[in-house]
Amino acid sequence: MPPLLEVKNLKKYFNTKGGMLHAVDDISFTLDAGKTLGVVGESGCGKTTLGRTILHLLDVTSGQILFEGRDITYPKKKELMKLREDMQIIFQDPYSSLDPRQSVKETIMEPLLIQGKLSKAECEKKAKELMDTVGLAARFENAHPHELDGGRRQRIGIARALALGPKFIVCDEPVSALDVSIQAQIINLLLDLQESLGIAYMFVTHDLSVVKYISNDIMVMYLGQMVEKASSDELFANPIHPYTQALLSAIPIPDIHNKTKRIILKGELTSPINPKPGCRFRPRCIYATEECEQPQVLTEPLPNHFVACCKCSELLNNRRNTQ
Amino acid sequence: MPDNVLEIRDLVVEYHTDDAHIYAVNGVSLNVKKGETIGLVGETGAGKTTIAKSILRILQSPPAKICSGSIMFDGADLMKLSEKEMQHIRGNKIAMIFQDPMTALNPIETVGFQIEEAIRLHNKISRVEAVRRACEMLEMVGIPAERYKEYPHQFSGGMKQRVVIAMALACKPMLLLADEPTTALDVTIQAQVLEMMNDLKTKLNTSVILITHDLGVVANMCDSVAVVYAGEIVEYGTAEDIFDRTAHPYTVGLFNSLPRLNTTERRLKPIKGLMLDPTIKPPGCRFSDRCPEATEKCCKQPPPDVEVSPGHIVKCWLRGGSN
Repeated sequence: MPPLLEVKNLKKYFNTKGGMLHAVDDISFTLDAGKTLGVVGESGCGKTTLGRTILHLLDVTSGQILFEGRDITYPKKKELMKLREDMQIIFQDPYSSLDPRQSVKETIMEPLLIQGKLSKAECEKKAKELMDTVGLAARFENAHPHELDGGRRQRIGIARALALGPKFIVCDEPVSALDVSIQAQIINLLLDLQESLGIAYMFVTHDLSVVKYISNDIMVMYLGQMVEKASSDELFANPIHPYTQALLSAIPIPDIHNKTKRIILKGELTSPINPKPGCRFRPRCIYATEECEQPQVLTEPLPNHFVACCKCSELLNNRRNTQ
Repeated sequence: MPDNVLEIRDLVVEYHTDDAHIYAVNGVSLNVKKGETIGLVGETGAGKTTIAKSILRILQSPPAKICSGSIMFDGADLMKLSEKEMQHIRGNKIAMIFQDPMTALNPIETVGFQIEEAIRLHNKISRVEAVRRACEMLEMVGIPAERYKEYPHQFSGGMKQRVVIAMALACKPMLLLADEPTTALDVTIQAQVLEMMNDLKTKLNTSVILITHDLGVVANMCDSVAVVYAGEIVEYGTAEDIFDRTAHPYTVGLFNSLPRLNTTERRLKPIKGLMLDPTIKPPGCRFSDRCPEATEKCCKQPPPDVEVSPGHIVKCWLRGGSN
């Protein structure tokens, strides 16, 4: 059986005044039904663009997207309409992603009405069921977004994404605008829904503790490229790429006895416009040598653990020797 | 006490709007010792920023109204000073770093000039001397002095926040109010900025009030911690007290809501319900409607401040035993 989603060498470039902006540059991965792929990286690394390109909210520059084995890279209008039933998105900002003039019920019903398979009364019934599924009390059905708090608004966004019974949802930083206590409620809801409905998530976030918690596999992106991919536990136990190591060590741990040494990176992200060939992390990397000016290839130094770094076997050996 | 830089007593701040009275800060008392970093932790709308802005008296009034309380700083009550005397304190003895470095800088002045301006405003020195000191400050936060004549848009987010910090520290303040200084930054940049703030604090022996919602940042930075909920300090103690001997049910709930990197549990334990509506003044504990341990008494009478161990104070009926 083919995987639910397969992305091959996906590229998305934007033409800007300064030149070609390589937002997503040659990304490949597969995602099975009911699983979660976490995508992490800093702002501007292309993680949101990746999610939107897969959903065809942006056009593909080159590469291939397969959904249940079908090629959906360049869908026709009708196909795209059908595709929306299977693929949905939950947006980062529950404040701007809802129509302020629509009530909760209208917002959730809208995708059902557009799809046109149910009568209005049936749609309303379905909307009420969905509100119940995401934990929104029925008394809010006629409320408007401005009357609700961030957590409840995000629940509306989730109900809307669920309306058509998708198999795959891109969660684009769904909890970063929320407070921790509310964030935990929403994460639990997403986990419950995955368990009961078998939805696959692509979970895009910059919050590494959240991503560890929710994902089966994690992909680390840097300036449009994938630098490392492994299962969630493996990546946190055994980060190989120098960027991943620095990223993980930079997470502030809520424990005063944690005295692990932080790797402080020098400098900041460079521009993704007309990037030079070779490793894009090179200017900030402490291990960088001339070798790194060659384009990096993805290798598999450990089973199911992929790294794009020419130094990775050296780094692995160093670690074995120090342990 | 002579070693306290700042003493806040029973601060009450309300916002009066046409529709309602919002009880933002409800009787907060807090001491800040010399050279200490104290964390004010809490969720959105808990009143953290209002406390900081009250200290500098920069709340917009109306709608804000400081109803009662005293703030002793450097031998004077800030509440009783004239506007002119306050101007001498703002940016000189007490400085503030705002959350968003993108909007805290003036886009049409060079960054060097903005630092120099603060120095010249508070010190009677020549322009040349002020420029020299501004250059020194830039170097101190890790920006080459050659970039003195550049404008804010030429800097990245992390660099802008460094400029803001340089501005705040230019007059070597006794107290620094840092309102979510790294929330808008990426995690690797956050690590850089936090490390730098720690270095500078030790160098200048400045006291810091660090406002944040991130318990990870608190663990890395703070000597003592005040947990704020619905405009009250519900728990206060050293970092060890808060992290190792967590007492207040709200603080316990906050810690349980965090996705941890070192657990294998598949469910978070969020605090149920939502933050108290700030237009309501409940008769009992403000956390009682969300508290898993709440008793009838909690809902009826305001809880006392209980000193569970020396210096560790909890506002709760259920801790300490005395009825």
